[in-house]
This record gives sequence, C-alpha cells and structure tokens, in this order.
Amino acid sequence: MPETPASTPASSGSSAASPVIDGAGPRRLRGAPNYLAFLPFLAFVGLFLIVPTLVVAVGAITSTKGGFTLDNVSRLFTDEVFVSAFMRSIQLAVGTAIIGAIFGALLAWAVARGDPNGQLRQVVLAASGVLAQFGGVMLAFAFLATFAGTGLVTLFFKNILHVGVPYDTTWLFGLTGLAVVYAYFQIPLMLIVFLPSLDGLRQEWYDASASLGGGSWAFWRHVGGPILAPSFLGALLLLFTNAFSAYATAAALVSQGSPIITLQISNQLQSEVVLGQENVGKALALGMIIVVSLVMAAYAFIQRRASRWVR
Amino acid sequence: MTAPEGVFLGAAGPEGGDLLTRPRGAGHGRRGSKPQLGARIAIVVLVFGYLLLPLVAMLEFSTRGDYGSRSLDAFAAIFTYPDLVDGITTSLEIAVLTVFGMLLLLVPTMVWTVVRVRRMRRVIEFLCLLPLAIPAIVIVVGIAPIYHWMGTHLGGVGGSPLTLALIDIILVLPYAYRAIDSGLRTVDVATLADAARSLGAGWPRTILQVIVPNIRGGILAASVLAVALVLGEYTISSLLSFDTLQVVIFLLGKRDPFVSVAVSLSALVFAFVLLYIIARFGAGSRAEQAAEEEPVT
Repeated sequence: MPETPASTPASSGSSAASPVIDGAGPRRLRGAPNYLAFLPFLAFVGLFLIVPTLVVAVGAITSTKGGFTLDNVSRLFTDEVFVSAFMRSIQLAVGTAIIGAIFGALLAWAVARGDPNGQLRQVVLAASGVLAQFGGVMLAFAFLATFAGTGLVTLFFKNILHVGVPYDTTWLFGLTGLAVVYAYFQIPLMLIVFLPSLDGLRQEWYDASASLGGGSWAFWRHVGGPILAPSFLGALLLLFTNAFSAYATAAALVSQGSPIITLQISNQLQSEVVLGQENVGKALALGMIIVVSLVMAAYAFIQRRASRWVR
Repeated sequence: MTAPEGVFLGAAGPEGGDLLTRPRGAGHGRRGSKPQLGARIAIVVLVFGYLLLPLVAMLEFSTRGDYGSRSLDAFAAIFTYPDLVDGITTSLEIAVLTVFGMLLLLVPTMVWTVVRVRRMRRVIEFLCLLPLAIPAIVIVVGIAPIYHWMGTHLGGVGGSPLTLALIDIILVLPYAYRAIDSGLRTVDVATLADAARSLGAGWPRTILQVIVPNIRGGILAASVLAVALVLGEYTISSLLSFDTLQVVIFLLGKRDPFVSVAVSLSALVFAFVLLYIIARFGAGSRAEQAAEEEPVT
C-alpha cells in the first residue's frame, strides 16, 4: 500500500536519529536536502542517456565545419536509399508487431486461464523472459541451424521425406526471413507485457456477463475487449518500437546491403571517416527518435481516449 | 513453497513436451469449458512449437558428429578457443558490474521516492522507461564521442570493455525498474523505514538491512534480467569495437558454426535456468502482485 501516506503517524517520533533531515518531520520537509539524494541517479542518466541523445539531435543539424545546416536532415527525405530503408524498417516493425501481438495475446490468454501457480505458467513465463531478450546473433544462428542449407528443417525435407526443399534457403537473409525471426522475440515480449492485463480480468465479470445471458462472444465484445483494448494497443506500440530499434539480429543475418535503417546507421558509423559526412548517421538516428516519439505520442493519445470508456 | 501438482503430471508424461503443454486449470474450479480447453492446448502447442523449433535445431546442429552420429565435441571445443573464453569472461565481468551498478543506483533512488519525495516518482519512472524509446543504436551514435574521450583520457580503465557496464546499466533500467517496483509494492516500505529510523538506524543501514531483505524477490529478478541482457548484448559492443561474448560468437560463426551454436545454446540454457529459478521463487507472491497491479493501464 505504498500509495497512501502511511508513514505520517510514525514520523513524529523518528526525529532523533538525524535531526538535520528529520527536524521538521519527513512529510513536511520538501526542501533541497531531500532532492540531493536523486543527484547520483540524475547525473548518471543525464550523462549516459540524455547527453548522447542531445549529441545526436544537435549533431544532426550541424555541418562538418560546425555551423547550422539542414542538409543532413533533408537527406532523410530526399536520399532514395535512406527513404526506402526507413520504409522497410517501418513495414517490418508494423508487420511483426501485429503478428507478435496476436499470437502473444493468444498465448497469454491460454496461460491466464490456467492455474496461477501451475507449471505451465511458470515455464511459459521463464521461457518468455529469456526468449524476449533472445534477439541478435544467437537467434540468427538458431534460425540458420533450422532453415539454412544444412539446417534441421532443410535436412528433414531432403533426407527424411526425400522431397525437394519447398523453399529457397536464402529466404532467411531477406526481409521475409527478418520478419519470421523478429516474430520469434515479439511473441514472448507480448506475453510478458500483456499477461498482467489479462490477469486483471476478474472472475466476477465473467459471472456477471454469464448471469445476464452473455456467451463467450458477448463477453469479449462488450466487457473483455473494451477493457483490454488500451493495454493491447500499448503493447502493440511497444512491440513496434522493439522491432523498429532492433539491430543485432539483422546485422548477423543480412549479408548483402543494408535494407533497414539500423543497418544504414551502422554503415554510417563505420564509414564516416572515409566519406567525411560525420553527421549523416546522427541525422538518421534523429529520424529514428522522431518515429519512435510519434508512436509514443499516439500511444499517450489513445490511452487518454480509451481510458474514458473504462473508468 | 508449495509443490504444484503439475510437477507429477509433467514428469509422468511420455515426452518432455508434456511439461509445457499439459493444461492446468480445468479441474481447479476456474472458469473454463471443454472447447476452451482444446483451444488453449492448440494455442500453446502451436506457439510453443514455433518457439521450440529453432532451439531443437540448435541442439541438433551443435551435437552433429561424423557420419550422422551424435557428439559433444562442439561443446568441448568451446574452451579450446581463447578468444571465446576471453569473451565469456569479459561478458561475465560486465554482467557483475552492471548488476551492482544498477542496484546501487536504482534501489536507494526508488526507495527514496517511496519514503520521502513522492512527487519525484513519476520523474524517475519516466527516466527509467526512457531507454525503451531511444533505440540502442541511437545511444551508440551519441555516446561514441564520450567513449572516444574516455579511451584517450582515462588510460587503461577508459578503454576497457568493462566500461560497457555504464551503457548496459542504462539499457537494463526499464526492466530493472519494473522488477524492483513490483517488489516495493508488496511491502509497506515507508512504515518499515520509519520503524528502522525510530530505532536509531541511519539511512544506509535502513536500506541495506531492513528494506533490501524485504524486496529480495524484486532485486533478484532485476539482477537476473541484467545478467541476461549483458550476456546477449551485441549492438553496442560491436559498434564500439569491444570483444564481448556476442561479438566473439558472431566472428566465430564464420569459422566454426558448430562451436558458436553450441556456445549460444549454453548461454541460453544458463539464462533460462536462472529465470526459471526466479519464477519458482516468485510463484508464491505472484497472486497478490497480480491483484495489486492495475488491471487497466
């Protein structure tokens, strides 16, 4: 119950220990000393998160000589390579977010209906915790071991079924491959974020709906659906940013070209010394921040609209 | 810790998969009907089948021997690659630093928002969740100059891969915040702190000996998530040219894919076992936690 000011009764007697801080009673003292305790945290986050973000934002509108310029930013809209990389990144993120959200929500529903302390739930939760983090190099290798030329499934078709492999083994290295691989970490992530909301559906609501003659469809149409809609949408947007920001998986899997924006940025990082275009990478990074911010703003707006209905 | 009945059902099943697919709940007086049960089983089998397939493939691939036989040579060979051993050591060191740094930074700050300056709670939460909105690769772009400066001005320490812990702490903030926050929600920290202080304990002692033991579960969960994140981190280490586990695995993949798949699988199993232990630990209190969590956000 930390939401309620439960500490008030005890505070009058607690002043002996440290008179400087406690002199006026903890609840009344709103002065600077109390805020000093946040300094280490704020300094750390400032130095390693806020400053880098500002470096990106300022760098994006700075020319190589140090003056103000919009050249780098305008390339985001004019350079065919960058535009299509952004478009592909967005398509990939939208597609895998929707797939991940649907299957993740179904899995969460299957789990939420079970015993809260059961084995199924514990295994699924632990597995999801690991698999949602299981992006990157290891995941790319796992799919190579599955679908590449000597992968398990490919060999299964070749050696066990003795039929032709029904797919071109290079599909994994293209956008379709990326989408299938991304879905792998999107589904467990959806389960983790969405399960608490499903747990929040009360048994009484099912009973109330049923006692009024509502079947399963009526319940989801009029009760469950509207209640879960905001958190479903929120999770969907989280999945979008997750896929949109992903780099490691694509870096390990895509061998030719740089089809998506994060690969373009790493290209810029690695080649900027040669080209002398130090700040193009920062402009691309700023573009990513803007896309994610727009999504977050949409999320906040949807949440506000939606919460009117569930009050 | 009560023993769930599922242990027996799962263990008695003919295949390991039974542990995962055996549905719970229908006999527990919870809502549920026959067709629903069928749908639930179908979903779990289907989705988990998709999630398991690449893992099975990894196992199959990494245990391939000559002429169709099975062998563990690839796993044994892990320790014959000095780069790989170095990478594992480096990543584990970074993981330890990240865990301690994260706890040192986050626990006192979050406790302070509960016991003292409540209005800062929103600010701290916002800052902790911010890394979700700023892609890791964007942080790399912005932080590269800082690391360049550290590498040239701070001597050996500044250029060490262990400095990656600084960024990993930032990356783990959203997950660690949620874990510790759910720990703080289950106990009345403010009253505990007042009680400890009225008995003469200073703040360090209050936090270390009174509050920390009470939010053990949350702290443990946050630490495990941090370890998992560090062991899997590739984006930042590769772009800042540090040889961590993932970077070495990637490079090794071109030379000896069998060994690199074997390492990947080992790292995954390690993380899974850690998280499963946490899930078992937290099982007792999850019901209450779930009840306190807002059903609609």
